[in-house]
This record gives sequence, structure tokens and C-alpha cells, in this order.
Amino acid sequence: MTQLLLFNVTNGLIIGAFYVLMALGLSLILNLSNVINFAHGGFLVIGGYIAYTITPYIGFWGALLVAPPLTAILGLIIERVLIRPLYGRDPLYSLLLTFGLAFIIEDGTRFIWGPQGKPVTIPPFLAQPLSNDLFFITGYRLFMVVVVMVAVALLFLLLRYTRLGVRIRAGTLDLETVAALGINVQMLRSLNFAVGIFLAGLSGVLAAGQLGLEPTMGTGLLMPSFIAIIVGGIGSLPGTLAGGLLIGVASGLTAVFYPAASEAVIYLLMAVVLLLRPRGLFGEEGMMT
Amino acid sequence: MSAEQARKLIVLAAIWALLIFAPYWMAPLGGYTALATRVLVLGLAAMSVNFLLGFTGVLSFGHAAYFGLGAYGTGLALKFLAPSTPLALVLGTLLGGVCGAILGTLIVRRRGVYFAMVTIAFGQVFYYIAFQWSSLTGGDDGLRGFSRQPIDFGLFKLDILSNANTFYYFALFCFALAVGAMGFILRSPFGRTMIAIRENERRARFLGIPVERHIWIAFTMSCFFMGFAGALYALVNNFADPRGLHYSQSGDFVMMAVMGGMRSFWGPLLGAAVFVVLQDYLSSVTVNWMSFVGLLFVLVVLFFPRGLLGFLQRSKA
Repeated sequence: MTQLLLFNVTNGLIIGAFYVLMALGLSLILNLSNVINFAHGGFLVIGGYIAYTITPYIGFWGALLVAPPLTAILGLIIERVLIRPLYGRDPLYSLLLTFGLAFIIEDGTRFIWGPQGKPVTIPPFLAQPLSNDLFFITGYRLFMVVVVMVAVALLFLLLRYTRLGVRIRAGTLDLETVAALGINVQMLRSLNFAVGIFLAGLSGVLAAGQLGLEPTMGTGLLMPSFIAIIVGGIGSLPGTLAGGLLIGVASGLTAVFYPAASEAVIYLLMAVVLLLRPRGLFGEEGMMT
Repeated sequence: MSAEQARKLIVLAAIWALLIFAPYWMAPLGGYTALATRVLVLGLAAMSVNFLLGFTGVLSFGHAAYFGLGAYGTGLALKFLAPSTPLALVLGTLLGGVCGAILGTLIVRRRGVYFAMVTIAFGQVFYYIAFQWSSLTGGDDGLRGFSRQPIDFGLFKLDILSNANTFYYFALFCFALAVGAMGFILRSPFGRTMIAIRENERRARFLGIPVERHIWIAFTMSCFFMGFAGALYALVNNFADPRGLHYSQSGDFVMMAVMGGMRSFWGPLLGAAVFVVLQDYLSSVTVNWMSFVGLLFVLVVLFFPRGLLGFLQRSKA
């Protein structure tokens, strides 16, 4: 029983780590630009498929380094051409646009790479379980968690200590003043978008090694990421981090006792949080306007 | 009567004439009556979304949930309760509306993108329930094993099951009831208040209007209309589909409203007509119809944000 429990908690933490990466990217874009990026799952899929395509040439490690920046560049182009004209308009329009974009990306990947799932080969030493007792902790899963932790730490350092990060945080609070201080807000939004998409691309590569690739895999991760943001508190990145881990573990634990509800429990969690603390766990009063 | 009023009356008469004679003029154009019924019902759904989006100014991106609940409610009532079409319609509408009213209390305190996010997330709850609870709902395959029943009026019997035209007129009657109610609400002081909230929420609040309560009422009403549309849709297909609850279906409804013109009462119906016919056509000619629908979203947002009616009005002015 202990082992079963441990197994599912680990599973929950690992899936939670994915939610965190996705949700942090979504949250960055949402906070600064007021855009709900429905195509975020699509970018995850693109990141995974890019990794799949280049792994035979430069290996898994090369793909891990190259695929996320490539995805971010693609995101930058899309932001420039399609999303930039919509800033300042009703958020409805960017929502609909990214929604359509998600359709195009899903269908496009199916068209280019085919509808069947694709495996991504990971280095053999990572595929081994660490020990016989803890058979479910493979090196790769541990490695994934480490990568996610490093990425999250780097993101928070970036936001805390670099000029770009300070500007992003300032822009989240009051974009108008930031613009009045002579900072190029368009550029800021583009870079911020690219950072968000980079995280989506990174989760795509990691997911590809663990789950294999399918054109529809992004959609399944999108909704829990939304909930991670709502539960953690909109406007708060540490909240998003906590929210992602929390719903991951909650759904992992539910899988032990009542597997059919493992998906539903995260919605229940959201309803409870909204009922008892409408601004979310880490949300600040007034951010919910 | 001013020229403006006369023009409005003529347009209104033209719309109803087109709807009433749809089975006759659609066939020569290559359509079929069932397609007209689908346009009508999905148009009602798009108008219900727009009741909230276009007239109260809050964006619900999870309205498909209440549409689907209406469909499942109707299907379950016909399958397990009694073979009565009117009873099933009422129960379906109630299921959608009551669930909307309950969740609405959690949702209405948020605005803008956050309102949209919370509505999406709550909408998905029902999708998962329908998907997981296979023993009751049929799971992924959807709810089957029911069909709309002829309506017995004692003196005569309305055979809506086998006669497509009769069913169309039955749906048109239901549509007229719902649209009449919607129009009546929008003309009432309550409807004017909704528009005031859309135009300037802060000012409405300063005037002493309980904004949250009004938005909740508008949300609930819109969910009832949505449930009614969903109930009719179950009758159209004799089938309830879990994908009808999914947020991508909500996206389709919002798209219909925007594409037709969300500032006008009839715009969403036009949008629904274009959307349904286009989707019907695209899915018959290409397997990549998803890309084309996605492209349609992108193009409408970038080039026709005010919708077809908004575009026509502007080019005339």
C-alpha cells in the first residue's frame, strides 16, 4: 500500500511538473499581455515534434537544447504577425485567434508527421529504473523533474535579477507607466511571449521522451494548466507553481482510491478554492478585476 | 412611423419569411431540411451566447457545457423517464439552466479574461462527467437509444419523428418562443441595465445597480436558453454527444456570434448559418477541415472583427 501510494504521489508530482511548466508560460503571457494562449498546447506539441525530427541527427541532448529555442522563435514570429495587432482590443479576439491557431497546429502536425504516435529515443541509461524497490522511478523521470526544477529556478532568477525580468514584472503591474518611462512595450511583450513559448517547447521535448508524441497531446495538458493558474491565484507565478504541483498530486492520490475521478478531482479542487478563497491560494486582492 | 422603424420592420419580416419558407428554398439550392433545422438550433445557441457576450459584455467560453447538459437531460428523460417530447425538453432546459445558476455564483465575481478562464474550466467538468460515467451517458460513444416522440394533441398528432418538415416547423416554433423571450428581456428595463453594464460597468455600479447580481441573472438566463437549444439539438440528432459539452464547441458558438456580428440581435443566427454550412461542406471535401476552420477563426479576428453584419453596416455608412 505504501508503495502504491508512493507510486501515485510520484506520478502526480511528475505530471504536476508538466502542468507547472505549461502553466508558468501561460501565466507569463496572461499577466503581461492579457492574452489567454489557447495555442499553448500546440506549441508544446511542436516542441516535441521538432525534437523527434532532429534527434536522429544531433541526439537527445542536442534536441533538448535546440528544440525549445526553435519553438520560441516560431512563437515569436506568430506573436509578431498574428497576435500583436490584437493588443489593446477586447481579449475575446486574441482568445478566438489562438483558439483557431490551436486547430491549425493540431491539424498541421497530423498532416506533416501523421496521426500515429511517435516515440522519441532517450539515452539508455536514463531509461533504467533506479532500484528494484522503487521500480517506477526511472532515471528519466528523475531527470525530468530536475530539468523542470532548473527551468523554474532560472525563470524566477530571470524575473528577479535581470533588467528584462524587472520590466516584465513592472509591466504586469502597470503597463502604462512602464511605457511612459520609455520602455519599448511591444518588444517587452514579444520577449515575454517567447519566454512562455520556450517553456512550452521544453515541456514538449520532455513529454516526448516520457509519453511519446501525438498531435492531440497538447490539448490534454492545457486544461489542467488553466486550473493550476486559477487555483494558485491569477497574477501570481509562485501561486501557479504551487497550483500545478497541488493538482498533480491531488489527481495522483485520487487515482489510488478512485481512478475514475482522478480527472474530476482537480475541478472539484478549483471549485473549493474559488468558493473559500476567490482570489486563489496566492492571489493578491484586487488582481481579479 | 419613421423610415428607420419601417426599415426594421421590413428586415424582420424578411428574416421570418426566410425562416418559414426555408424547407422550400433550401432544397433547390442543394441543402436539405435537416441542415436547416441544425442551423436554426445552433443559431439559437449562438444567440444565447450572444445574450451574454454581446449584450452584457462578459465572455463565457464554456457555454457548450449548458448546451450539452440540455442535450443529455433531454436524452436521458426520453430514454429512462417517459417517451414525451415536451417533458424531455423542459427537463433538459432545467438541467442546463439550474447547473448554470449554481456555477454562476462562483463565476460572476470575475471579469474579462479571468471570467473566460473560469467559465472554460468549469465547463469542462461536465465534459469529464459525461465522458467517464459510461454506464449512464454512454461515455465516448455518446448517449444513444432514444428518439423524439410524436406529440399527441388529442385532436391531432404531430409526427415530428419521421416527417422532416414537420420537425422543422416544430423547431421553428420553439425557436420563435425562445427568441421572443430573449427580445422581450432585452427591451425590458433589465435588458437596458445589461447594456449599461456592458458600456460602463463602473458607472453602472455608481448608479447603484447591483452589477454582480445582474450579471448572475443574465448568465443564468443565458444558460437556460442554452439548455433549451441543447435539448432541441438532442431531438435533431436523436443522440447526445460528449463533444457537444467540450470547450471547443463553446469556441464554435462564440465564433458564430462574432462572425455574424455580436452587436446585433440576429447576427449570431447569420453566423451560425454560415458556420454550419461551411463546416458541412468542408468536412465533405477535405480531411483537413480543422485547418480551414482554424484559418476561418484567424481571418475573421484579423479582418472582420465586427462580423458580417457589422461589416455590411459600416460599408453602407
